[in-house]
Amino acid sequence: MSDTSFVRTEMLPEKDPPATSVGAIGWARANLFDGWFNSVLTILSLAFIWYVLAGVIPWVFQSVWNATSLTECREIMSETWGSTHGHACWGVINDRWLQLLYGFYPPYPVTPDVNAGDGTGMLPAYFRPNLAFVLLLVAISPVLFTNLPRKLLIVSAAYPFLMPWLMWGGSIWGPVMVAAGFGIGFLAYRIVNPLAGSLTAIIAAIFVPIIWWLTLAGPVAGVLEGIVSISIPEVESRRFGGFMLSILIGVVAIGCSLPIGIFLALGRQSDLLIVKSLCVGFIEFIRGVPLITLLFVASVLLNIFLPPGTEFDIILRVLIMVTLFAAAYMAEVIRGGLAALPKGQYEGADSLGLNYWQAQRLIIMPQALKISIPGIVSTFIGVFKDTTLVSIIGLLDPLGLSNAIRADAAWNGIYWELFAFIAVLFFVFCFSMSRYSMYLERKLHTGH
Amino acid sequence: MKKTVIFGALTVAGLAAGAAAAGTLDDVKARGKLNCGVTTGLVGFAAPDANGNWDGFDVGVCRAVAAAVLGDPTAVEFVPTTGKTRFTALASGEIDMLARNTTWTFSRDVDLKFEFVGVNYYDGQGFMVPAELGVSSAKELDGATVCIQTGTTTELNLADFFRANNISYEPVPIETNAEAQQQYLAGACDVYTTDASGLAATRATFENPSAHVLLPEIISKEPLGPLVRHGDNNWGDVVRWTLNALISAEELGVTSANIGEMASGTNNPEINRLLGTEGTLGEMLGLSADWAKNAIMAGGNYGELFEKNIGENTPIGLARGLNAQWTDGGLIYSPPFR
Repeated sequence: MSDTSFVRTEMLPEKDPPATSVGAIGWARANLFDGWFNSVLTILSLAFIWYVLAGVIPWVFQSVWNATSLTECREIMSETWGSTHGHACWGVINDRWLQLLYGFYPPYPVTPDVNAGDGTGMLPAYFRPNLAFVLLLVAISPVLFTNLPRKLLIVSAAYPFLMPWLMWGGSIWGPVMVAAGFGIGFLAYRIVNPLAGSLTAIIAAIFVPIIWWLTLAGPVAGVLEGIVSISIPEVESRRFGGFMLSILIGVVAIGCSLPIGIFLALGRQSDLLIVKSLCVGFIEFIRGVPLITLLFVASVLLNIFLPPGTEFDIILRVLIMVTLFAAAYMAEVIRGGLAALPKGQYEGADSLGLNYWQAQRLIIMPQALKISIPGIVSTFIGVFKDTTLVSIIGLLDPLGLSNAIRADAAWNGIYWELFAFIAVLFFVFCFSMSRYSMYLERKLHTGH
Repeated sequence: MKKTVIFGALTVAGLAAGAAAAGTLDDVKARGKLNCGVTTGLVGFAAPDANGNWDGFDVGVCRAVAAAVLGDPTAVEFVPTTGKTRFTALASGEIDMLARNTTWTFSRDVDLKFEFVGVNYYDGQGFMVPAELGVSSAKELDGATVCIQTGTTTELNLADFFRANNISYEPVPIETNAEAQQQYLAGACDVYTTDASGLAATRATFENPSAHVLLPEIISKEPLGPLVRHGDNNWGDVVRWTLNALISAEELGVTSANIGEMASGTNNPEINRLLGTEGTLGEMLGLSADWAKNAIMAGGNYGELFEKNIGENTPIGLARGLNAQWTDGGLIYSPPFR
């Protein structure tokens, strides 16, 4: 027998995979042309994307930036491309972008009369709203990202009082006295608690500051202003507008609605009959009424009920209404989180001997809020976008301004460019909120 | 406003009712500013420019009143109002007067308790169609689709007109003028109907205005004018006679250009009375003697305001038509200054 073998005795060297299953081609075969059905879908989708981009990209990029009126835009388009179709006239944004961002806010409110003289050279334009915005980022960063130095929380605590001062101006003592009210409430709690028990102390902590704000805060601020005058020129609410107004309403509503919403959700689950009925009544009433109705109440009805001559700031009224609206929705989102917690968590907290507030703070809320993050953030995004409704009551938010800009004879007839610009602005903010919420969910995804 | 906004909110509950029931004129003088309600934006009538300064035909009336009362045409706080908020803003005292292309109707005057002080623009509802449709009269519009703003009197006028002429139409409801322009240009409707001034302004923005025609029929009366609250007759007089002063100034040939020389005295006693060099008309109103002079200098007389904002040399290009002086066959007519 020869030692001829019909079985291969040595290993063949490994071959490269076929060219059609690696690299770009392989990826495309696996993901785009996997079977005839997927291939058809892919081709249809590509055709659709091509169709859309072929319209949008020339519109966006073959466009006119330097024009002072729609007519001029059209002349330039006809000269350059021979047709006015399919080209954007960004001249309107070039002309009005500051107005779309800041409304009628004076760029240099450095003199007592905002109309008289500009402070060119002294401060950058729109110094105050820009500073307020930068401070906003500083103030929320320690809340959003836990790895930042905790001392930044001082800015966060001061921001609610600093921001109105920067935006509206006036004496610093007003916001300081409002802030003092919270200190006074805390003091009242500390003093009354050993004397008359915790419930009385909580009631005192609520009512003493209110009495302070209603009666004493104004005169005291006046006296202090007389002694040490620290004030910046005032800017009237009527001058607020544009995207600044949207952010202002959005930030205030978002910032205030979360704590109010938490308390409403807790109140709704409470065993105390009055607290519970108040919370349920409030939530169901607000949720049963469209936001636009509440805005009409703010702009129209309050005017009739309040005594004539009362200057109850329109933006403040809107802020309150939007906050209440957001808080009711927030309460329901958080209640969902609370309901999703297993009963064992509540019982565990009880078995550790924690009292109600300790249990909420240490055990219940951290878990309930974590569960509710997607809902909370969608409520935030919803509220932020709902701020455009204020254009219906005559406030000039970006959408309201787009109408006002079109009323200028130079820009009458322009349509898509304004909406595109506003859409981009809103998209940037809403998309960042959404991304942050996903980051937070990943970070907090600790269990199971 | 010495206090901050926050204090305003916190103290508002404590404010006693029945504050200052003094007349609007005194309030305006004490405030040093006129709160004037305008639209949130209507071409030619009221619009803010890139610097936030309001301009337009209705704005001109506000400025004239501010100049007459306070001597300063810039002492105006323009309060943008929408069709839904305008009347409450006026009734609640948020604004002192409303100059917002508002039609003078019986129910607004009587039932809503306002006082229209006059008419600064006679408008009427018209129709615009593409020229290629070959329509020359609104009565030929049988079966047409019509773009119409919902919730306005134009909707009712339209229904009345088509019923009276026994022809049918199909409404395409739209919300704003800007939307209407887009719909009409996209061919979603054959006809666009709204106030004739609005149609002219809209047509002026088209790339090819001559491809669209305004039909001759005007199917409604829309006298637009400034209004004030019922019951404060002094203030109503101030606004009424400021408007009349602008109209009389045009009739008498007083313009912002020649007013300086006319104010030093002329041979025409009516001009002298108007400009305060003779008689005490200003004093009777509770204003300074040169109130009308200030009002006219603010933006010119009625004709100048018209030409500058909506006249034939502007993109809107409205002819005077009904809004010519009565001496030129129009309806604009001021009672005498005597």
